[in-house]
Amino acid sequence: MQKVEKKKFSWQEFKASPQYFDKKSRTLNGTKNFFLALFRLIIIVGISYIILAPVIEIIARSFFSEADSVNPMVFTIPISPTLERYEKVLQYMDYLPILGNTLLYVAGVTLAQLLICSMVGYGFARYRFPLKGVFFAFVVVMIVVPMSTIQFPLYVAFRYFNVLPYAGIAAAFGIFLLVMGIRTRNSISKWVTIAAGAAVVAAAAIFAKQYIDGGSVPINLHRTVWPTFIMTIFGCGLRSGLYIYIFNQFFRGLPKEIEEAALVDGAGTFYTYFRIMMPNATPAVITVAVFSIVWQYNDSFFASNFTIPDSVLITQKLAGLVDRIANAEKIYSLREQRLYFNAGVVLVLVPIVLIYVILQRRFIEGVERSGIVG
Amino acid sequence: MTVRPKKKGISLSYEQRNAVRGYSFILPWLIGFAMFYIVSLGQLVQFSFWEITMDPNTGMTHNSVGFANYITAFTSHASFKQTLTSSIMDMLIDLPMIVFFSLFVALILNRKFKGRALVRAIFFLPIILSADAVGDAINRAAELVSAGVSSSELETAQAGTVSISYYIQLFGDLALPDNILEYIVGAVNRIASIIRGFGVQTILFIAALQSIPSSLYEVARIEGATGYETLWKVTIPMTMPHIITNTIYTLVDRFTNSEIVALASRTYRQYYDYGLSSAFSVISTLITCAILGLIVYLLNKRAFYYN
Repeated sequence: MQKVEKKKFSWQEFKASPQYFDKKSRTLNGTKNFFLALFRLIIIVGISYIILAPVIEIIARSFFSEADSVNPMVFTIPISPTLERYEKVLQYMDYLPILGNTLLYVAGVTLAQLLICSMVGYGFARYRFPLKGVFFAFVVVMIVVPMSTIQFPLYVAFRYFNVLPYAGIAAAFGIFLLVMGIRTRNSISKWVTIAAGAAVVAAAAIFAKQYIDGGSVPINLHRTVWPTFIMTIFGCGLRSGLYIYIFNQFFRGLPKEIEEAALVDGAGTFYTYFRIMMPNATPAVITVAVFSIVWQYNDSFFASNFTIPDSVLITQKLAGLVDRIANAEKIYSLREQRLYFNAGVVLVLVPIVLIYVILQRRFIEGVERSGIVG
Repeated sequence: MTVRPKKKGISLSYEQRNAVRGYSFILPWLIGFAMFYIVSLGQLVQFSFWEITMDPNTGMTHNSVGFANYITAFTSHASFKQTLTSSIMDMLIDLPMIVFFSLFVALILNRKFKGRALVRAIFFLPIILSADAVGDAINRAAELVSAGVSSSELETAQAGTVSISYYIQLFGDLALPDNILEYIVGAVNRIASIIRGFGVQTILFIAALQSIPSSLYEVARIEGATGYETLWKVTIPMTMPHIITNTIYTLVDRFTNSEIVALASRTYRQYYDYGLSSAFSVISTLITCAILGLIVYLLNKRAFYYN
């Protein structure tokens, strides 16, 4: 057996050795990383608190009984929780039918946004045409000039709504469909297109005739959902400019070879767009869909400017909820009225939070990959 | 070899056909833009020189009053000037706070750490919590939370409130200039509203950070740059174009939610003073666009475009 010779430890020697340097930098790095992680944790927890605290507060207070609301000892967790708020709110808010209407309205607008904005974005991304730069500057104008600037002209436009120009546009679109239908060779889609075109032209003619027969009195479209749909179909819906921009950026990032292959295989322009480009644009579609659903649901600009009725939009219903309950139930204490309002807020937020939770992972991935910023 | 028979109808060159296709894609939007934006902007300017009366039967009647609406706005209207100044000040205070804060948060969220998915979900929650009716409730709840006591009205809450005036005095003793002090106090006061207004900007910045080529970071590391230097020499210059995008977004967003827009809306919805409301819109939009143009011009001079 070999005897292990114990070496005398020399501080000087150790300091000069590479192990010392390694150890030193490792401890330094470790400390640095620890403090960075701590710093990050503090920031994250702090911001999360600021964001979540009011939400938790609202949820908690929607379960408060009257005794809890006046008891200064109660902090967030009620002593005698009650479901009375929810019962009353569900009853007076007409919750499920109106939520159904709201979701239909939001889904309809979102589908229109997706169709129109993706088309416009695709047109800008893939085709060259005269004045393209000017028109794209218009898209930027839509993003930069807020819609609230033109709130009053829009109010007037739909308060005294003139049907004729729109009937003209619809008729022109119908004729376009007819021509397209006559030119296509495929038998089924040919007749479908021709039928659709004829129907659109006929409908436009009937509307225009009724309007003129009625003495051309402008129609009041307020208190209906028509203003939102008309503006969205013409690409000027809520934040449409932003959506057009997102789609444009995304389509510009897709390789051109896809379309060239489609073209060689004999696909037409619109076939290529609907069947080949749109399925490839799923990340952008999800991004825009989430934005559109959430913002349309939360929207107050269209809702208040065109007085969209509270039977269609649940956030509008929420605004009048407290007064309705207070009057019907003879509740005069403002404090108790607020408790009902909290329950209403929770009920309004639940569906949109669910949609967000379901879609959020794909949404954030979509934002990262769709090149939203170019 | 077979020669394809020539089709009937107009024959277009490839480029012309492409142009027609492009136009057919953007046509619905083009019509809408002309009808809703160009016409509306024109009308807005026109309305601001009119005195308008609305009649349910006959529609709108008007007579031209020249610059009277503008003169009223600036000389005799009770609250226009104050609202305008405070709205613009709010915008200018919030703007740098939101942009830098969202960049900072994006830098944090862009790193890999445990529970990142959850943190992201929480941070983007404010995007969906900003409805008018809902936002009102959230603001109210936030006041109660920041007051420290949840269940009671403000009288009982005051005992738990942090005394802001003490800190103001503390900073005042440090002989900080008054306007800087005001800015800091204002920023601290509105921290909650700032955090709740930065979701979209953070998303944009995360996307921007992801698009920075990693080779730049490798070079920086090999050259021996510290993390701090990398931040200033690589990350910030590379995100500069997106800082501009975010500045535009933030400014427009703040303007849309500002008190001056609400005033213009009230003026025609409650007081039926349509001409004056249009004048308000024209003035505030012009000022906002001027600020926007100036800021973008200044930032653009410093911006660096990679591509």
